[in-house]
Amino acid sequence: MDHAVLILGSLFLLVPLLMVLQTTTTPDLDTIKNGPQFVIGNRIDDNFMAAMFKASGFSGENTGMRMLMNSMILGIGFAVGKIVIGMMAAYALVYFRLRFATFAFWLIFTTLLLPLEVRILPSYEIAQKLGLLNTYTGLIVPLIASATATFFFRQYFRSIPEELVEAARIDGAGPVRFFIDILVPLSQTMIAAMFIIMFVYGWNQYLWPTMVTTDEDMYTLVRGIKQLTQDLEGTSIPQYGRANMLALIAILPPVLIVIFFQSWFVKGLTESDK
Amino acid sequence: MKRAGFTTRWLPMLLLLPQLAVIIVFFYWPAAQAVQSSFYLEDPFGFGSTFVGLDNYTYLAQSTEYAKIARFTLVFTILVTFFSLALALLLAVKADKVIRGAKSYRTLLMWVYAVAPPVAGFIGLLMFNQSWGPLTELAKSFGWDFTLGVNATDTAAAMVLVSVWKQVPVNFIFFLSGLQSIPKSVREAALIDCASAIRRFWDVTFPLLAPTGFFLLIINITYALFDTFGIVDTLVKGEPGNNPMTLVYKVYVDGFRGNDLGGSSAQSVVLMVLVLALTVVQFRLVERRIHYT
Repeated sequence: MDHAVLILGSLFLLVPLLMVLQTTTTPDLDTIKNGPQFVIGNRIDDNFMAAMFKASGFSGENTGMRMLMNSMILGIGFAVGKIVIGMMAAYALVYFRLRFATFAFWLIFTTLLLPLEVRILPSYEIAQKLGLLNTYTGLIVPLIASATATFFFRQYFRSIPEELVEAARIDGAGPVRFFIDILVPLSQTMIAAMFIIMFVYGWNQYLWPTMVTTDEDMYTLVRGIKQLTQDLEGTSIPQYGRANMLALIAILPPVLIVIFFQSWFVKGLTESDK
Repeated sequence: MKRAGFTTRWLPMLLLLPQLAVIIVFFYWPAAQAVQSSFYLEDPFGFGSTFVGLDNYTYLAQSTEYAKIARFTLVFTILVTFFSLALALLLAVKADKVIRGAKSYRTLLMWVYAVAPPVAGFIGLLMFNQSWGPLTELAKSFGWDFTLGVNATDTAAAMVLVSVWKQVPVNFIFFLSGLQSIPKSVREAALIDCASAIRRFWDVTFPLLAPTGFFLLIINITYALFDTFGIVDTLVKGEPGNNPMTLVYKVYVDGFRGNDLGGSSAQSVVLMVLVLALTVVQFRLVERRIHYT
């Protein structure tokens, strides 16, 4: 009985993906006529090549390859930026006597309250004013403007015993030394967990990239989804094989990372709590 | 702040600088601008703007369309939150019980976490394709003539289903980790005291999971309000028409497409207040949560 429920639940989540996968193996005409079927065709190579190297749109620059690269840059850039900035700020807040510490704390943690979606238009205007449209900086940096990672590292640093910093000081380690030689190595697991969560989060961004990137060579895979839906509506023969393959390519990297680094991912997710 | 901290003056400022710079430029500045432009009426051709006081807000309050969208968002949020929590709780309880294949089930039930909302919407379009979509067929076999994008109720149903599909894994992960942190001694005591598994669940497990549930409730409401943007956008194929939409989607449509900056900003401010209210509730619940465990 327990197994029946679990199997049904797993199928509920998995079957749609399998159907997408199936349509990438068959010729487009089969899919247009019948939709997903119970056969495995031999077109997977063709569809993969079309997805990776053929472009749709005007400029011919938004190939799967290009979008994959942009997604990688966004995912990794976002995760690294967030972790580096967050760790530095958390270190300053936890380990230093600062006169305006409370003020800085509130300034930083108020950002947890409002998601990007509610200030999306003014953010766009500011990015425009600063000349950041269609740049990687414009794509990544505004997304970093919240304190999730800072909060997470602050909680973690606070749980590290006081004796450690005392011992380090007695041994003559300065603040920079202590950070690089002790705190960073000690936080390895936390950094890994944060990296996975932030990479997935960055990779999956949609609204901000949709607004800030209009040049086709700046599209990410997830940003490109909109164009795929429009292609399938188009007048010419809808290329289901290519479109569904691109959707799969957009899904796979973050999913594989979550599956392979499951324990870190779950730890990061449930311990950050916010 | 640690008791045994460092006293260097310049270093902490330097460390805080990038974080503060980013949030001031890309958080406080836009947030302030949203509040400011909500009091102005922007000329649609870009020739300056006029101060109109609370006009944008009174317009929203009187708009029947906005009221309709707000009502839809409320129903949508309730449905998505309820179904994704209930389904995830059921699956987590079962996954916590089984021994064989426990790890495989866990993987099979959490991978969807990493699927982007618009991609989930894209898969939804495939499932609800008018001529052969497997779910359209299924609905037809029950006599339900499902037309995504044409019939507003059908589009709403698809939005709810896809949003639930996408959200079950997050809730599952949290519920499972909540269940696994219930001490073995408590479970064993319950086992001795009560033979009925159903009563054990409602009398022991469920109350112990309540803190996780409260926390998830807020997370899910926020998800349904904001993160479903990509799902809504792909399912209506960027063409709202007479399709239902959520409040966040309306902000985007009015501001970005309709160039009604003032109206859109007023809507943003309404949402900000809503999120702030939710957060206050959340903090109070988090406090209670500490008392619980």
